[in-house]
Amino acid sequence: MTAVDENKQAVETVTLTIDGIETTVPKGTLIIRAAEEIGVDIPRFCDHPALEPAGACRQCLVDVAAPDREGNVRPFPKPQPSCTMTVMNGMVVNTQHTSESAKKAQEGVMELLLINHPLDCPICDKGGECPLQNQAMSHGRSETRFVDVKRVYEKPLALSSEVLLDRERCVLCQRCTRFSKEIAGDPFIDLQNRGAMQQIGTFNEDVLEFEGYEPLAASAEDESGRPFSSYYSGNTIQICPVGALTSAAYRFRSRPFDLTSSAGISEHDSSGSALRTDHRRGKILRRLADNDPVVNEEWLSDKDRFAFTWQNQADRLTRPLVRNEDGELVEASWPDALAAAAQGLKAAATPADEDTAAAGVGVLPGGRVTMEDAYAYGKFARAVLGTNDVDTRTRVASDEEQAFLGAKVAGTGIGVTFTDLEKAPAVLLVGFEPEDEGGVVFLRMFKSVGKQDVLTVAPFLSRGSEKLGATLIATAPGGEAEALGTLTSEQREALSVEGAVIVVGERVAGSAGALTAAVKLSEETGAGLAWIPRRAGERGAVEAGALPGLLPGGRSVADAGARAAVASAWGVESLPATEGRDAAAIVSAAIDGEIGALLVGGVTASDVPGLAEAVEAAPFVVSIEVRMSDVAANADVVLPVAPPSEKSGTFVNWEGRLRSFATAIRTQAVSDHRMLAMIARELGVELGTAVLEGATAELAALGADDSQRPAARAVAAGEQLTAEGDALVLATWHLLVDDGALQDGEPYLAGTGRTAVARVSAATAESLGVSSGSLVTVGEGDEPIELPVVVTDMVDGVVWIPTKSPGSWVVDSLGASAGDVVRVRGVAR
Amino acid sequence: MTERDEVWKVNRAKDGEDKPFESNLPKHGEIGQMLLPIAGFGITLRNFFKPTVTEQYPREPAKLEKRYHGRHQLNRYPDGLEKCIGCELCAWACPADAIYVEADSNEPDAQYSPGERYGRVYQINYLRCIFCGLCIEACPTRALTMTNDFELAGPTREGLIYEKDDLLAPLEDGMLAAPHPMVPGTTDNDYYRGDVLATAQSQVDWVKEHRPEDPTIETAQKAGSRG
Ligand code: SF4
Ligand code: SF4
Ligand code: SF4
Ligand code: FES
Repeated sequence: MTAVDENKQAVETVTLTIDGIETTVPKGTLIIRAAEEIGVDIPRFCDHPALEPAGACRQCLVDVAAPDREGNVRPFPKPQPSCTMTVMNGMVVNTQHTSESAKKAQEGVMELLLINHPLDCPICDKGGECPLQNQAMSHGRSETRFVDVKRVYEKPLALSSEVLLDRERCVLCQRCTRFSKEIAGDPFIDLQNRGAMQQIGTFNEDVLEFEGYEPLAASAEDESGRPFSSYYSGNTIQICPVGALTSAAYRFRSRPFDLTSSAGISEHDSSGSALRTDHRRGKILRRLADNDPVVNEEWLSDKDRFAFTWQNQADRLTRPLVRNEDGELVEASWPDALAAAAQGLKAAATPADEDTAAAGVGVLPGGRVTMEDAYAYGKFARAVLGTNDVDTRTRVASDEEQAFLGAKVAGTGIGVTFTDLEKAPAVLLVGFEPEDEGGVVFLRMFKSVGKQDVLTVAPFLSRGSEKLGATLIATAPGGEAEALGTLTSEQREALSVEGAVIVVGERVAGSAGALTAAVKLSEETGAGLAWIPRRAGERGAVEAGALPGLLPGGRSVADAGARAAVASAWGVESLPATEGRDAAAIVSAAIDGEIGALLVGGVTASDVPGLAEAVEAAPFVVSIEVRMSDVAANADVVLPVAPPSEKSGTFVNWEGRLRSFATAIRTQAVSDHRMLAMIARELGVELGTAVLEGATAELAALGADDSQRPAARAVAAGEQLTAEGDALVLATWHLLVDDGALQDGEPYLAGTGRTAVARVSAATAESLGVSSGSLVTVGEGDEPIELPVVVTDMVDGVVWIPTKSPGSWVVDSLGASAGDVVRVRGVAR
Repeated sequence: MTERDEVWKVNRAKDGEDKPFESNLPKHGEIGQMLLPIAGFGITLRNFFKPTVTEQYPREPAKLEKRYHGRHQLNRYPDGLEKCIGCELCAWACPADAIYVEADSNEPDAQYSPGERYGRVYQINYLRCIFCGLCIEACPTRALTMTNDFELAGPTREGLIYEKDDLLAPLEDGMLAAPHPMVPGTTDNDYYRGDVLATAQSQVDWVKEHRPEDPTIETAQKAGSRG
């Protein structure tokens, strides 16, 4: 007997009869699920497999007879909701297909549901894909008997700037409220009032104490008059079985029969959520969550769902641009632009004057590339430009991190998975905010809230960590290594339980010794180690070797064998042996006039301190961009490439799972890997990445070689800066919804983002002479960041501000990163 | 012997049957038979005395029945607001896929139809339309009807894709060109029920303020002062 069969026997089963068909299902199954399995469909609204049963709509009534204590099968006097009742041995269920009374009951419920339902279908976004429309046709009465005046509400009620509620269309199924409570942990909406006036509305924020988490745009007044703020609110729109919840962005835009649906992968974070892109005539109209049980289940973060307008803004590039003699960027033909790019790059890579300092090319692909694009950038830098100066990490990065990525991440395949994270008995978060930086990572962890010990090394408990019931290991930025070294014995014990996971975020790269300490802790306790970066391309770039010290498959540049292996695979004589510079070093070299040219992918000046200056200073800049950016505007050659919806490729999510996606919308735009192959061809080199298959085949053939990895670099904890007077240690991270370039052109989503605030502890506030609500300036110079203060329970001597939220662009205004010391002053009113 | 040979044999046998041809036409007697060659002139003679049916189109307008299915028209309410709400039901109903609609939200300063939704883009491709009228049946607001205009020929394909402007009903006297606000105190339901009968003065004032040059102000003003 096989293992599978043994497993089956272990499950206790129940045998019952549905519509005369005998079926055996596991104990505890709901009648409605058992019926689904044998192909008997029962109409329903509130039932949702991912949510707790509610029995709210009563549409699923069926006739049930069950054995009593003596074993006589007795019918229930009234039809019963099949979505809340579990099966039982010997039960006899008759659905609307075989029972007149069940049919009559369902028709009655439908009639009641429709009594106050408006005749809105022509103006309702759900029309054409509406379970109420469909089931009214299949399971309702054909004629209405209702002649009275219907109840009307003011419509729509804006629950947030993104989510609109038409209360009269609501069937009070409570899917939305159950989702908010059970899945997102944001119970901001609930039922209000009773009887005929019962309706969905938002909670009072004062009751919930979410001070400092107000959404940017206020919502309309409902019964409570309070706004709805959640990063996952878009899911309620998708699961609402009627058109009661609609999205402001999609309202009145389209009908389902207009739309072409393409499966895709989100470009917004490293989770690689599966989504469905609905488009019409080459324009994306909406994105919905696709069901992928191993990754995002059936949910998306609002950013994944709504932020797609960025790629079709007016500044979208479609034609190549070349700077002419007058210094203006003008449209050029493709051959001219490619030739200009090739010529400039060649001149910089092999300068005529051998003594010039301004030699070599720095390549900055940016963290949003696909794995194939990253591979092409890495190969182009090494095989064509002869340099190791290529780095996707246009963010805080370090050599310690690179060694860690080479030793522990690249080419290791699928390590810790979403399921591992969900099932882990204990999770330690280091420099990682599951809600702000992980999106659906939070949703998976929230499923285990209460069953999982969550520890977080952070300056304070963010709202996300708080919802996860996390224990704070209060740490000022820079102190992560020390904090990991001084965990209490209980905490270490929790992490020693089998299945425990340590999650490190990309931010810890900025804290010397933190990664070393995390690796050590993981080795000592046996806990799994997961690196969860923020941007979608990070893991793929690590795999594909678009880092200065890493070749594809985690091979070290310093390893001669690794270089020889890759060189022979690429058919070149040798690869450059000198260790490359990282993104920050490339930028400062360019500023100092030590670089001949820059090749910049999807990077904006606000990602890396000094990039704008570097682009100005570099003698020659090629920008490969989707839209006009501050980098492209100052480049010498601008080559337009395709956004993710117009190309195919692979994102590698943080688990190491390959998330391939096909082209949703066919256009003329080409991918980065093809663009680089075209430039290489101008230089007489066949890069082999002209088509996607070429890049994937080469990557697969290279594989990983464990003997050629860089050794993990043990780095001692760095010196932690401390606060002195009004000079506080800066703590910062990106909020999920902020001013990121990939969220441009979506005002409704932006409105659900959280207002930027400066957080300080009570003691620090007192020493600064400020209090909650008063204003502070962070930083010096002409334009410091000015934000309202929220006094938070957090470490003293630290100020937290969001990295790129409206009014708080840390890189632009401060040029500083977490762990640096910034000046904070109260503003006199 | 194959099956095919069998069939061939039967056919040949039928060929051999000697059955004379019999016409279905009525049979005549001797005299009738004689007059047959000139009987046709009788029809000609009879028609000498009947009114002519030849139409002098295009010199004279064609005579059409009232319900003739001609070019579509997008109707307006008496105050000039458009009836179309951009629901796309007509596009859905169309068996020839000739209609293309894109809806949008009415805004307080750009209200084209009563309620929240209006048809921003409305196109009918007359190279595809088969004039079946299913779209008319589908329209929930009676926005779409058909006129008797059938003169739909043109030299270009693009020209035969009629846009919303080509299809909108002309503004009758008293109607105020959209966009403008709804009649104060009414809801979209009042419009659907046909309770809005005329332009209100406040609507005229609104257009005066926002589009002082609008030519429909004058006639609407007269109607407004009448009602
Ligand atoms: S929710 Fe469904 S039934 Fe109700 S108005 Fe919208 S489309 Fe029609
Ligand atoms: S708004 Fe939608 S999901 Fe929420 S209770 Fe009403 S019908 Fe259900
Ligand atoms: S013409 Fe009628 S059916 Fe067509 S979109 Fe407008 S309102 Fe809907
Ligand atoms: S589906 Fe069973 S009560 Fe709603």
